[in-house]
Amino acid sequence: MTKDEIKQIVLDIIEEIAPDEDLSDVKPEVRLRDQLDLDSMDFLDIVMELRKQHGIEVPEEDYGELASLDSCANYLEPKFNQ
Amino acid sequence: MKLDGKRFDDVIIGAGMAGLAAGIRLAMYDRNVIILEKHNAVGGLNSFYSIEGRKYDVGLHAMTNYVPKGIKGTPLVKLLRQLRIKREQLDLCPQSFSRISFPGVDVRFNNEWSFMESEIIQAFPNQKDPLQNLLKKIGEYDALSLEGKNIPARTVVEEIITNPKLVDMLFCPLCYYGSARENDMDFAQFVILFKSIYLEGFCRPQEGVRTITRELVNKFRSAGGTRKMKMGVSKIIEENGKASNLILEDGSSIYADNIISTAGLVETQRMCSSLSPSSGSENIGQLSFVETITVLNKQPKDLGVNETIVFFNDCEKFTYAKTQDLIDDRSGVICIPNNYQFGENRDLKEGLVRVTALANYEKWKALDTTRYQEEKSKAFNVLTEKTHKILPQLKQLHPKMDVIAKDMFTPLTIERFTGHLGGAVYGAPQKSRSGQTHLSNLFIAGTDQGFLGIVGAMLSGISIANRYVLKENGSFN
Repeated sequence: MTKDEIKQIVLDIIEEIAPDEDLSDVKPEVRLRDQLDLDSMDFLDIVMELRKQHGIEVPEEDYGELASLDSCANYLEPKFNQ
Repeated sequence: MKLDGKRFDDVIIGAGMAGLAAGIRLAMYDRNVIILEKHNAVGGLNSFYSIEGRKYDVGLHAMTNYVPKGIKGTPLVKLLRQLRIKREQLDLCPQSFSRISFPGVDVRFNNEWSFMESEIIQAFPNQKDPLQNLLKKIGEYDALSLEGKNIPARTVVEEIITNPKLVDMLFCPLCYYGSARENDMDFAQFVILFKSIYLEGFCRPQEGVRTITRELVNKFRSAGGTRKMKMGVSKIIEENGKASNLILEDGSSIYADNIISTAGLVETQRMCSSLSPSSGSENIGQLSFVETITVLNKQPKDLGVNETIVFFNDCEKFTYAKTQDLIDDRSGVICIPNNYQFGENRDLKEGLVRVTALANYEKWKALDTTRYQEEKSKAFNVLTEKTHKILPQLKQLHPKMDVIAKDMFTPLTIERFTGHLGGAVYGAPQKSRSGQTHLSNLFIAGTDQGFLGIVGAMLSGISIANRYVLKENGSFN
């Protein structure tokens, strides 16, 4: 799986959990919290959906790795390609 | 469905707003979860019943926390996201306006803070700066944190707002819509209520609370959750600091990794095998209510009544405390459910006037059946008279021609519906903010965790499920 595909997966999840957010112009290098209205409950759901839909586990101490789309892709790539 | 010997990941006690919301979260993430409800109706405090084909809401006068579509970051939006409910599904119709009516002074408010602010400054010109300071204090306070100390709100507010009447007026609706404590509340609860009522606002679905409970039940079912009605819990069996299993009313025993109880703090403690069935007496809420419901064949607005809700107090000092009489009619709440902005051709068919006042549980409990009925009808008349004083337009109603049905509930009705000891609508005065108990896998959600109102109760269920079940189990695997 490529990093771009992983970013799209994360965006699809965000669209599902926060349908009221406009995702047309999300900058991959910028923290998601700084461009979207997401709180810790929403991040929990990103983690929960990764597990439910893709069987990927993100331990709580790694939640910070999901800050931006770029960091999500970097962190999740080895997990997706295992 | 035979439950005896079954094992669940999570058991939720109570199918009220908190229990249903917690259940949805857990079922959504594939937990094997069951909700046990001792009644045959969901909703708990916010339910409805039918008499002669007419549906009456209990609990819900107003859903608080209303914000217009597009406003983000507020409890309502968090809740919709967490439960994956579309806003449109709840059909939230905003109030027209409400009024706080005290001797010689009225303050109106709607879902725009600027309107209330101008009303306050007009009535109390020298409180403009104090009011700004109070807002600043409220804005800076993180009331939804599960940690935090209990600070009495009156002490904080009285230091800022220097006019005692304005303090009373600000407290009156907040007390009636959520305080389990006499004449006061925790500052955290004050902040939650202030925001949810004054800074956000009132709304309701045109069909009443059942639009919300129906949506919750459907979500829970489609997420794969199990629900068992008419099944109370009689005992929580403890083993080594944990709850090991639950004994149900029919004698069956079920096992669970986690239990989330929305039955109330003291009520839950009393289920636990190591605690006495009379423990926690000092933490039983003392505040209960009566409510009258009058059904009219007219729309209240055609009589000139346009308020959605009127909070009244006709004494010099506002008292929110247990009365020594059956009821205390010095203050109360009048709700006109017709006066929400339902939109064109969506008026409620019949006019409704609901009046709530403080009541004494023990006094009602002591009455025999005949006296109970007599006192109910007496109290009804007293509150109707009071309503006519506050809303004189209603005097023109003919008791026979215009009033087509009446009903009334008392603290005993509340106890029966909610299971709250003493008919204490808002539960225990000392809340369990963290939701934790003496058992490591038993948690409290709902009213007694301290988030208030319908939205608060649902957020409470969500927060407790997230923090103690989803997060914990996510990081272990």
